[in-house]
Amino acid sequence: MLKIHQLHKSYPIGDSSLHVLKGIDLNVEDGEMVAIMGSSGSGKSTLLNIIGMLDEADEGEYILDDLPIKDLTEKKAAVYRNKFLGFIFQSFNLINYKNALENVALPLYYQGMKRKERQELAMFHLEKVGLTDWAHHLPKELSGGQNQRVAIARALAANPKLLLADEPTGALDTKTSYEIMEFIQQLNDEGKTILMVTHEEDIANMCKRIVRLRDGVIMEDKKVTQVRAEQYV
Amino acid sequence: MFDLDLWREIFQSINKNRTRALLSGFTVAFAIMLFTILFGIANGLENTFEKFFIRTAENAITIRFGTTSKPYKGLQIGRQIRPSNKDLAYLEKEFGDNIEYISAKTSRGYQVSYKKEKGSYTISGVSPDYQYIEKAEIKDGRFISLKDVKAKDKVCVIGRLVEEDLFLKESAIGKYLDLEGVQYKVVGVYSDGGGDRQERVIYAPYTTIQRLYYGNDDIGDITLTYNPKLTVDQALVLIQEMTSKLKNKFDVAPSDQRGVRIGNGVLTGKKRLDNISSGLGVLIPIIGFGTLIAGILGISNIMIFIVKERTKEIGIRKALGASPRSIVSIILLEAILITAFTGYIGLLIGVGILKATGSSLERYFITNPSVNPSILISATIVLIIAGAIAGFLPAKKASKIKPIVALRNG
Repeated sequence: MLKIHQLHKSYPIGDSSLHVLKGIDLNVEDGEMVAIMGSSGSGKSTLLNIIGMLDEADEGEYILDDLPIKDLTEKKAAVYRNKFLGFIFQSFNLINYKNALENVALPLYYQGMKRKERQELAMFHLEKVGLTDWAHHLPKELSGGQNQRVAIARALAANPKLLLADEPTGALDTKTSYEIMEFIQQLNDEGKTILMVTHEEDIANMCKRIVRLRDGVIMEDKKVTQVRAEQYV
Repeated sequence: MFDLDLWREIFQSINKNRTRALLSGFTVAFAIMLFTILFGIANGLENTFEKFFIRTAENAITIRFGTTSKPYKGLQIGRQIRPSNKDLAYLEKEFGDNIEYISAKTSRGYQVSYKKEKGSYTISGVSPDYQYIEKAEIKDGRFISLKDVKAKDKVCVIGRLVEEDLFLKESAIGKYLDLEGVQYKVVGVYSDGGGDRQERVIYAPYTTIQRLYYGNDDIGDITLTYNPKLTVDQALVLIQEMTSKLKNKFDVAPSDQRGVRIGNGVLTGKKRLDNISSGLGVLIPIIGFGTLIAGILGISNIMIFIVKERTKEIGIRKALGASPRSIVSIILLEAILITAFTGYIGLLIGVGILKATGSSLERYFITNPSVNPSILISATIVLIIAGAIAGFLPAKKASKIKPIVALRNG
């Protein structure tokens, strides 16, 4: 599904540059659920952004589903993001003047799907996250957990190969966090490949594999026994 | 291609962000409104100006005849030059193409009375063409006709103020005026934008004047308007040609300045008028341009603000698969839509204000302030294009932002 080889990334800081990723090697198979951990500044978010084609690596190889991701034009990157990737952000990143349904339908709009079809499909995904009754509410009328579920529905709408989550529970209380994790685990059970950045151990333990980063290199990469979230809910 | 979904996105964005739309719309509407009003006022000034300065046709010239000041061809100095009816015909024949209207003009003061009212007025013996040379507007009845001239009828056309002076509240048409013992039938009343003095003149057929007072066919002066298609310089050449031909005809020395004179005062006046008009012509675009620039700056500022405000939204859209092009078009079309709509509203308000206040501004030297609709429409289009450019640059920049940078800003 995902192959990364000797990935480097630096950010210029004034005259010098900050070497954030110093040769990352990572393979993720279909159906995996991987937590990327590390303290702030370890490069975990940068890595996720590069995987999400939101940022570009300076050096190294990145192959997504047998497709080399390199020197993409903005247009191509947009198409790939739309087709292959679903994003879940810490701050939800919903469009504030669109209601839940419209937010979920947005990636489908960019796929060129007809209005009626995409509304039906968006409704289907909202139902999946249990928000049918909230479809016509604006993000500000929803709770944090509800908003994150809208964001998850949106990430799923385009039926991506890979779900990328950047601190998906970072803005939520523990109980809501576990609810969201439970939901993400269900998605993984259904076969979705999930990559998640977190700095919370308990959340990481709910994944099947933990990759620890420190100062731009992978310190540890181990499979773990998944802790099911439903036992806490 | 019409993309309904795209327009739906745009309308939703406008509808859900009304403050933003109102803010930018207000700037545009205000700029166009100011533009309309300032332009209208400037045009009004120009109208007043024209009204005050144009008394007779701009292309009118008068040929005057006097006594010779130089001996020539054995003829003595001090000889009176007396043009007659045939000289009028001669000019028409020689310069027919370049003459628009031509008329004889003999003027003298007379005591005029109607019943008990009396006054001293200038009586001018003229041809029918004179109406157009003097730009006399017939209020009642008619002007001197060709038939009057041929029949040498005792008819006259009086100025509006003559009617007021002598006939008091009555209508003068069909009444008889006494001109030093001779009864003239009033056939018309005219008004003249040239001022009071020109509305106290009485016109009669020049042939009648010749018959009754001179007993010959002398015609006094000749006034004519040259072909309006001639430029001022061409007209000056024409005048020179006429002068030399007439001097030749009357055996006047070519260097004699008094025997035959053609006043080109009107022409020099016209040149001056053209200068002042072109001065206004420069001022008006400057005013318009200044207003437009202010409007453009306003729109640019707001567009930059809008794009900044939408940076996060742009990041989200890009993360979800929006191409840079779709980002640019959604921002740009919104800008164009708002500018076009509110520009039109500003235009309507501006025109409305001009219409409502137009007539009350006359004492400030502003007559009929109005703006050419095509200028207004082009101004609106300029603003739309400016809004588009002002929106395009930040939109283009925003579309190039890496989504991660845009998202981090939130």
